[in-house]
Amino acid sequence: MATEQLSLTRREFLIGTATAGAGFSLGLYLPFASATAATAELPPEVNAWVVIQPDDTVIIRIARSEMGQGTLTGLAQMVAEELECDWSRVTTEYPSPGQNLARDRVWGSFSTGGSQGIRGSHDYVRKGGAVAREMLIEAAAEAWGAAKEECSVAASVITHRPSGRTTTYGKVAAAAAELFPPEQVTLKDPKDWKLIGKPVKRLDTLDKLTGKQVFGTDLKLPGMLNAGIRACPTFGGKLKSFDDSQVKAMPGVRAVLRVGDDAVAVVADTWWQANTALDRLPVTWDTGPNAQLDSASIERMLAQGLTAEEAFVGNENGDAKAALKGAAKTVEAVYAYPYQNHATMEPMNATARWTPERCEVWCPTQNGEAALQAAAEAAGLPPTQCDVYKIHLGGGFGRRGAFHDFVTQAVAIAKHLPGTPVKLLWTREEDMQHGHYHPITQCRLVGGLDDKGELVGLHVRISGQSILASVNPKWMTDGVDMFTFQGMLPDGDHAISYTVPNLLVEHAMRNPPVPPGFWRGVNVNQNAIYLECFMDELAHAAGKDPLEFRRTLMAKQPKALAVLNAVAAKAGWGKPAANGVHRGLAVCKAFASYVAACAEVSVDAKGRLKIHRIVAATDPGHAVNPQQIEAQVEGSFVYGLSALLYGECTIKDGAVEQSNFSDYPSMLIDDMPEVETIIMPSGGFWGGIGEPTIAVAAPAVLNAIFAATGKRVRRFPLKNVDLRGA
Amino acid sequence: MAKMKVNGEAVELDVDGSTPLLWVLREQLGLTGTKYSCGIGLCGACTVHIDGKAERACVIPVDSLSETQSVLTIEGLSADGSHPVQQAWAELDVPQCGYCQPGMIMAAAALLDSKPEPGDADIDAKLPNICRCGTYNRVRRGVHRAVAINKGRKS
Repeated sequence: MATEQLSLTRREFLIGTATAGAGFSLGLYLPFASATAATAELPPEVNAWVVIQPDDTVIIRIARSEMGQGTLTGLAQMVAEELECDWSRVTTEYPSPGQNLARDRVWGSFSTGGSQGIRGSHDYVRKGGAVAREMLIEAAAEAWGAAKEECSVAASVITHRPSGRTTTYGKVAAAAAELFPPEQVTLKDPKDWKLIGKPVKRLDTLDKLTGKQVFGTDLKLPGMLNAGIRACPTFGGKLKSFDDSQVKAMPGVRAVLRVGDDAVAVVADTWWQANTALDRLPVTWDTGPNAQLDSASIERMLAQGLTAEEAFVGNENGDAKAALKGAAKTVEAVYAYPYQNHATMEPMNATARWTPERCEVWCPTQNGEAALQAAAEAAGLPPTQCDVYKIHLGGGFGRRGAFHDFVTQAVAIAKHLPGTPVKLLWTREEDMQHGHYHPITQCRLVGGLDDKGELVGLHVRISGQSILASVNPKWMTDGVDMFTFQGMLPDGDHAISYTVPNLLVEHAMRNPPVPPGFWRGVNVNQNAIYLECFMDELAHAAGKDPLEFRRTLMAKQPKALAVLNAVAAKAGWGKPAANGVHRGLAVCKAFASYVAACAEVSVDAKGRLKIHRIVAATDPGHAVNPQQIEAQVEGSFVYGLSALLYGECTIKDGAVEQSNFSDYPSMLIDDMPEVETIIMPSGGFWGGIGEPTIAVAAPAVLNAIFAATGKRVRRFPLKNVDLRGA
Repeated sequence: MAKMKVNGEAVELDVDGSTPLLWVLREQLGLTGTKYSCGIGLCGACTVHIDGKAERACVIPVDSLSETQSVLTIEGLSADGSHPVQQAWAELDVPQCGYCQPGMIMAAAALLDSKPEPGDADIDAKLPNICRCGTYNRVRRGVHRAVAINKGRKS
């Protein structure tokens, strides 16, 4: 638990150094003169990233959030690599967003999304470790009256080579903390890494096996009360009234409260009492302007965008429309992808304590700084009078990064009970109906082939929802949501994997009043289905092998081609599969990593799908922890295939129809294919891990389904589709 | 009023009898290792053992239990995380976010108690717990590894 506050009473001053690149100034603290008895118990930090206790325990501070993706361990490996500490003595802690604010963002961004945890901070966290190492060595050298250059270090033991004397980090840490940090440090060459690249065990496993891990739902503070909540199920609707005359007298109930303009909460001694009271509370909603909204009307709105005159252009070269007119053969298809909920296993929750002077929040969040902002706004206090204590997340997937509605609500409730901590926990039903959903889109693709079956032109028209327009229009580019084109862009982290002679990729923005949000993978999930399934359609129309058809378009994308070739070779593409088993391929660049998959499936006479095996390849540039990369690749198939098989939120009367795992199912262990992961880091760049592979999960399976059945599925999820052979 | 045994100790609580066992464990007894996720007995995050069988605590009213019945939670599975399933899970680094894992571990432990050498079909049938992060393949390997650990102990 990262709730223990670091003392800010210690006199400290900031030394800005210009050692870090990319415009990030690595701020280092040099504490001097431990001022109070209270702080004497805490060893001084060597720098912002490293605290070393006298017993040689190394505490590495982690700014990003752990939600299962393994970033906690990976980032600790990065710091420890340069620190040269004893890995077996490493523990971690989260600094709080309030501390980050007070210290001029010494830990950089807390945002944990977009597969940025490691690739977005690899430089400065390694420098943090390297600077601390140099200060520790210097402290030892000073104590010995020796030259720093005569000292070396391994596993937290510093050795003075000429004399053979040794000491440990724990013994010199206090002295090191008094030193000025070096202005420059040189990071190791990747070939010299000893810890980065090793499949070390996660640092957070053991407490997760015994029930000791405290999640936000488990938090208990002295005097804490519990709250349940119901918000208006209709998007844009409001709370009209409630009648608390009966429930006020129910056991344990302390308060029945209006929260914001659209919700009512019950505060009780226990959450079960609060929830029971809510179930019996008569509530009247003002369903507002969207009460007529349904899935059919949204579908019509998006379908209109497929052929509308105006659209934003995300990628264009040559003249696609002319090329299609002159093509010997054209192929056209329309795909559609539904709304989906994140459905983290841990429902939304936050605990808040408010006084007129200070507001504190404990919560699982993917972005502590955004949670702090939300807390401050709800509290009516400046952020400097608030703080957020982060807790490991019981799943994030994008739900807990850009949105802190649960924090806003918890603080609003706590404001009615000054000084009393209140834990707000949503029901699963509340969670399902008040999400920030995977955006809904449709896509029309037209491809042209010449008389030799070569692709001469491709027109992709996406119609549908923009996340940025809803979440933060400032992130748009002249009104264009470039994020919508993930996986189809001309260059960058989400570049298209093909060189198409005449290409036009467009987005007709259509924003239904259902709140969209970032979601593990987000727009590559559907864009890779659109592009990779359509590539298969084109290959089929050209009478060519899907692998060969792709290869001819990938000569200028050697890293993407390499992962595709790797899965084809390992899966045995071109060789016969087991009886009844069929294969499908997909490739994508996402979050700067190159990923590919080959799926093997069978579909029986009743249309039942079995996904037997998936071979997946990833080139993330650098592979920090291979066994965790394997876990993330496997996990990407669970999340991605759950979405493909079952994921769908439908809208009726302005509300999400689904309410729980009964009508929003998730893949279970019996659906899970074997996954063989090829990790092939080619060096020279840093790609993401948690999300990229989700891009290829669905299209590889869909292309295998076509191979098995001759059926192109273009609407999802598969639970709605009859897969019996065409 | 509720009476039962929890992790070997007799428990007597003044609580509304319709309260699900899950919330009695979490809110009255402070045993928060057993998780709330769906509340309708579907996801398995609240799996505990009742008289040795895996059950979903979120849909069991506490007054349906008697004082002779024994509830085992993740906190009582072993004193020190040394149950073969926990050992296997540690070896294979099974958890990701970890929220579903106490339920997953309790389901796996009950399976091994009833069938010391389960096959993959048994695992499919007896571990229908939802994990959204994607630990299923390591869970499967973990069960097989726990079988091996168990055998090593007995030999």
